[in-house]
Amino acid sequence: MDEKRSAWERLQLVHTKGRPTVRDYIPLIFTDFYELHGDRHYGDDMAILGGIGRLDGRPVTIIGQVKGRDLNENKACNFAMPHPEGYRKALRLAKQAEKFHRPVICFIDTPGAFCGIAAEERGIGEAIAKNLAEFMTLRTPIISIVLGEGGSGGALALGVCDDLAILENAQYSVLSPRGFASILWKDASREQEASEIMRITAEDMVSLGVAEAVIEEPLGGAHNDLDKISENIKEYLSQKIPEKCEKDIDVLLKERYTKFRKIGEFLD
Amino acid sequence: MFEDFFDVVKKRFNGGADEEYKPPMFKCPRCQDLSPLSRYEELHRVCPKCNYHGRLNAQERLSITVDKDSFREFDADMKSGNPIDFPEYMEKQEQLRETTGLNDAVVTGTATIKGSPVVIGVMDSRYMMGSMGSVVGEKITKAFEYATENNMAVIMFTASGGARMQEGIVSLMQMAKTSGAVKLHSDNGGLYITVLTDPTTGGVTASFASLGDIIIAEPKVLIGFAGRRVIEGTIKQRLPEDFQLAEFMHEKGFVDMIVERRKMRSTLSHLLKLHGYDKKEV
Repeated sequence: MDEKRSAWERLQLVHTKGRPTVRDYIPLIFTDFYELHGDRHYGDDMAILGGIGRLDGRPVTIIGQVKGRDLNENKACNFAMPHPEGYRKALRLAKQAEKFHRPVICFIDTPGAFCGIAAEERGIGEAIAKNLAEFMTLRTPIISIVLGEGGSGGALALGVCDDLAILENAQYSVLSPRGFASILWKDASREQEASEIMRITAEDMVSLGVAEAVIEEPLGGAHNDLDKISENIKEYLSQKIPEKCEKDIDVLLKERYTKFRKIGEFLD
Repeated sequence: MFEDFFDVVKKRFNGGADEEYKPPMFKCPRCQDLSPLSRYEELHRVCPKCNYHGRLNAQERLSITVDKDSFREFDADMKSGNPIDFPEYMEKQEQLRETTGLNDAVVTGTATIKGSPVVIGVMDSRYMMGSMGSVVGEKITKAFEYATENNMAVIMFTASGGARMQEGIVSLMQMAKTSGAVKLHSDNGGLYITVLTDPTTGGVTASFASLGDIIIAEPKVLIGFAGRRVIEGTIKQRLPEDFQLAEFMHEKGFVDMIVERRKMRSTLSHLLKLHGYDKKEV
């Protein structure tokens, strides 16, 4: 593991060109992957991919936000900013996983849900809310991993899970530091200052009870050694998935609810 | 007529038409028209000219919604900590507690509406724009858990700018927490009615506000996920005037009905009774 970087330095790393995306990881972690498309209501949102494959031979459902590796890919996947149909596709595949008793693995990597007219018209708020509610009681194990950016409700919609892991340099936040600075101080240029006080790093997530594990990145960041980082992610999943699958599902659901139930700081 | 008579008396008493009596006026932020403030207040803050529904605080909302003296508050003293040690967060809240008399942005409890028992929550936008942090998340979660245990219906009046930035990721997690509690209440067969009031946005729209079995909105209130300015910034064009208003969301299929304030109490009462909540005891 590298020496501890500041939140700001990590933010730069996450935005480094060449940082691996879910499409880089899938062939190195899973076998027999088949991508499945569409929400069966409106369309197919390329900002979220979903499909089935095998992890160590065990069938699993894979859902993840897709960042592009170049401008063309980014145009196609809308810079990983999903529309409602993306979240509805995710929910459809999660329900399918429940039906066929497959665990669900979610990869989070988004600046946030898309902020536009079409997203509002098709109920982006409702789509996210529905996922939060439905994933909470989905009767199959769910593991989520934050790969790079975990921005806002758009990230959380794939983040209601039994265990959450976060890559060492990834961030998870209520809003991007830029948006945060713009809302609170009406000054987006104070982005760096925001990143340092918001508590968005992997270690922050563990200490705040949001994440259970940090996945170590190769020296200099994930982009420096795709094989190594994929191996680290796979190692984590290979341990966690069987562990969760062995648990009684009612116990698992109670623990999932409790994990979120206890987050918050207040005085009675 | 009587007013006219008194006006005449006043004018005479004041020594002539030059010093005409002027009642305090309400200028509607939507239609810009003027009406007597007393009339606006009499209509519980509804513009008599254009039907604009102004904001009510939690106490005002409860007083026009639930049966007199029926409200029993939950967790009245709950106050938030400072989970990410955000500078000046505690001081800001102290000030707000003094000016609003609230401890945070939601009031929850049990009450009856025309005799039907219900768990009710009312958000108050005066307190940090009704934003959801630890206390709002916890109080709403507890309210749903209470309703689940006691087989009661829940009514939530929402008014919020979204997640509370000052609590960082902890505020985001309240979305999952509240939505989970709504789901367990729903799976138990409980009725949940959401009443969207001005404004219902961000993380509240993307969690418990959108999960009602029946979703009601007051006329012309703002309902959305992303803020108007954020969207305009993304798409680089001006949005139409009616974008994200209740009527827009109704047309798009995300709101069951738009109910005027003067009909809200009776509508809620009918809906509760339609679901069999008239016979149950609190």
